[in-house]
Amino acid sequence: MKRYDLIIIGAGPAGLSAATTAARRGLAVVVFDENEKPGGQLFKQIHKFFGSKEHQAKVRGFVIGRQLLDEADAAGVQVQLNATVIGLYQDKEIVVKIGTEVHHYKGDAIIVATGASENMVTFPGWTLPGVIGAGAAQTMMNLHGILPGKRVLMLGSGNVGLVVSFQLLQCGCEVVALVDAAPRVGGYGVHASKVARTGVPFYLSHTIVAAEGDECVTGVTIAEVDSNFTFIAGTEKHFDVDTICLAVGLSPMSQLLKMAGCQMEDNPKRGGQTPICDAVGMTSVAGIFAAGDVSGIEEASSAMIEGRMAGIAAAHYLGYLETQERDAALADLNTALDGLRQGMFAPKNRGKAIAETEEGIAISANLLKNGYVADDEVARFPGVTHRTGVHPVIECTQNIPCNPCQDACPKGCISIGSNITSLPIAVADADCINCGMCVASCSGQAIFLVDEDCGDGTATVTIPYEFLPLPAEGTMGVALGRDGKRVCEAAVVSVKSAKAYDKTHLLTMRVPKAFAMKARFFKPTMLKAFEKCEGGVMQ
Amino acid sequence: MGERIAEHPILGVLEKGQPVKFTFDGKELEGFEGEPIAVALKAAGLMVHRYTKKEHKPRGVFCAIGRCTDCVMVVDGVPNVRTCITPLKAGMNVQTQYGTNV
Amino acid sequence: MNTVNDRSRELAPFVPSPDDDMLICRCEEITKGEIRKAVHEGMWTMTEIRRYLRTGMGLCQGQTCAKLVKAIVARELGVPPAELEPATSRAPMRPIEMRIFANEANETKEGQDDE
Repeated sequence: MKRYDLIIIGAGPAGLSAATTAARRGLAVVVFDENEKPGGQLFKQIHKFFGSKEHQAKVRGFVIGRQLLDEADAAGVQVQLNATVIGLYQDKEIVVKIGTEVHHYKGDAIIVATGASENMVTFPGWTLPGVIGAGAAQTMMNLHGILPGKRVLMLGSGNVGLVVSFQLLQCGCEVVALVDAAPRVGGYGVHASKVARTGVPFYLSHTIVAAEGDECVTGVTIAEVDSNFTFIAGTEKHFDVDTICLAVGLSPMSQLLKMAGCQMEDNPKRGGQTPICDAVGMTSVAGIFAAGDVSGIEEASSAMIEGRMAGIAAAHYLGYLETQERDAALADLNTALDGLRQGMFAPKNRGKAIAETEEGIAISANLLKNGYVADDEVARFPGVTHRTGVHPVIECTQNIPCNPCQDACPKGCISIGSNITSLPIAVADADCINCGMCVASCSGQAIFLVDEDCGDGTATVTIPYEFLPLPAEGTMGVALGRDGKRVCEAAVVSVKSAKAYDKTHLLTMRVPKAFAMKARFFKPTMLKAFEKCEGGVMQ
Repeated sequence: MGERIAEHPILGVLEKGQPVKFTFDGKELEGFEGEPIAVALKAAGLMVHRYTKKEHKPRGVFCAIGRCTDCVMVVDGVPNVRTCITPLKAGMNVQTQYGTNV
Repeated sequence: MNTVNDRSRELAPFVPSPDDDMLICRCEEITKGEIRKAVHEGMWTMTEIRRYLRTGMGLCQGQTCAKLVKAIVARELGVPPAELEPATSRAPMRPIEMRIFANEANETKEGQDDE
């Protein structure tokens, strides 16, 4: 039996953060993970993260994953992969399957960071090949470079459903519809808007009636549901698809904790069965800690902070830290975690319908129902103003914990203030220099640089663009509105790519000036022709 | 189905292992060494990995991370191999699984 | 005593439902109807259901169906799902071949780094 100061189960964002933190305090740490590669789900996250600087906002998930691995390595953490923990006992003994053998280890402290598993829904045909979890789609396209399907229907409008839909579009799939039984979009409005503006229709208060096909999925029928989630006859809609993607929530994977005898509770706000933990993440079993999604479903950013807290707490538990040192370290982490747990989507607000922003502005009804802010709703938000010359138009309409745009602008054109969830304000007397940093830094892709009147009857609109092929200067096409519908003809004036933009290209299109505040996406006409013969690249 | 992403707007060009040949139900296919067997099969357009024991219904990749075990196949004579997390090797013999095949 | 364990109460009689043939446990191929019937036959806890029907006893060990089964049983019993205790958690937590389960690593041959 080999003994460690600290055994961590799960090498995802929480586990790795915990490991590094504890190892830096001098603990001998081993991390077991059943997967072939470490990082948990981080390497599938290709969007820029939300938050502020201390949460590594605007850094893409897979880049954060690499950083965590490097840090763990430098701290001397031993990560044992392909190591499946099959048992955890009260005495902090674990049984691990490695290769064709089982090994026993004893930890003086244990941190369980096993993450979450996907929830599923049933409908006739749900076992057909072609019905997949959203996680499976991410794994296929972002880790293994293969399309999950060509024509996809997404069920679930939470952040996972929205983010994965966008990722599907980015790798060239057609997303025929985004469907959710709930009456309103569950995830961030900005995530929804970037999907909607490419032309993906949202069907809220709809769900799947049945998947069709004999050997694999060939189609799907959805229908509207009433407030009791009962189908309304005559509302059926059919789509030819080869893939149905399910993104209907996550549940903590907490069975090991239950097995170890930790006190558990069924907490819907945390996503299901979770351990009852004290303020530092310790379960009812002394020396067993929980961090990340296993202790309640949240974002990866929160999981990393929770991991660091558990690492600190474990170090203190084993006598590597004085109580004072622990409390000082935890205070900072608590502040950071608290920052992420603010706003409309905070765990405490889960399931609540919120009608107004913190500023008292009515939430866009259209955003919640169709995934985009309607043209006549957008003007009431403080980031949307009219100016002469190029200026940022910030279509950020919900209180979410995110502020990179404020730091990105060298001229102080964007202000959020000290409250990280406040809506960004376009500062009236600041001079925009058209550098584009705000557009590229907005994790929600909600900032546009607009020159409403170029003096010749046209306007220019600069949009974030993360698709291939990148249209060349002079490419003709159509501008799409927030709703993804054709607004007018458009020509690409410039496409800027810079290291500081981190793969978000800045596409500037010229449109008639009447459409300056309507045109929000560009679709090349050439691609249209291509679509017809190839059966669809991007809707 | 079955399309590899040549270049990804964020991830660029994915590094893959050596191209290797393997057989699926006796047919020779090609994939990249080290990628999950299921990915190589998907690239070849295959959707059905197995047929269930009771109802003889087709199943394929569902979770793609080794949890759901729906994608199990007979690999080199061993049944119940989770193809979504088992790396492809040259010369592997991959077969559709019928029931539990044991 | 919570409602789940109050075996003295009578459940309403089993009424067939149009979606009784919906597959719930993908591994063991158990339908909604079978689960609902089991409740009416007296299997009121997740552990009993698992033992009786094998839901969650297949290759995936309930990774996919546990929450679905829980919702069905709770509905049949007329209790909120949160009141139903999940089935017992025990090793092996993941599917493992018995020959591996029984194959203890030889500690003496292990170096500092195992393997």
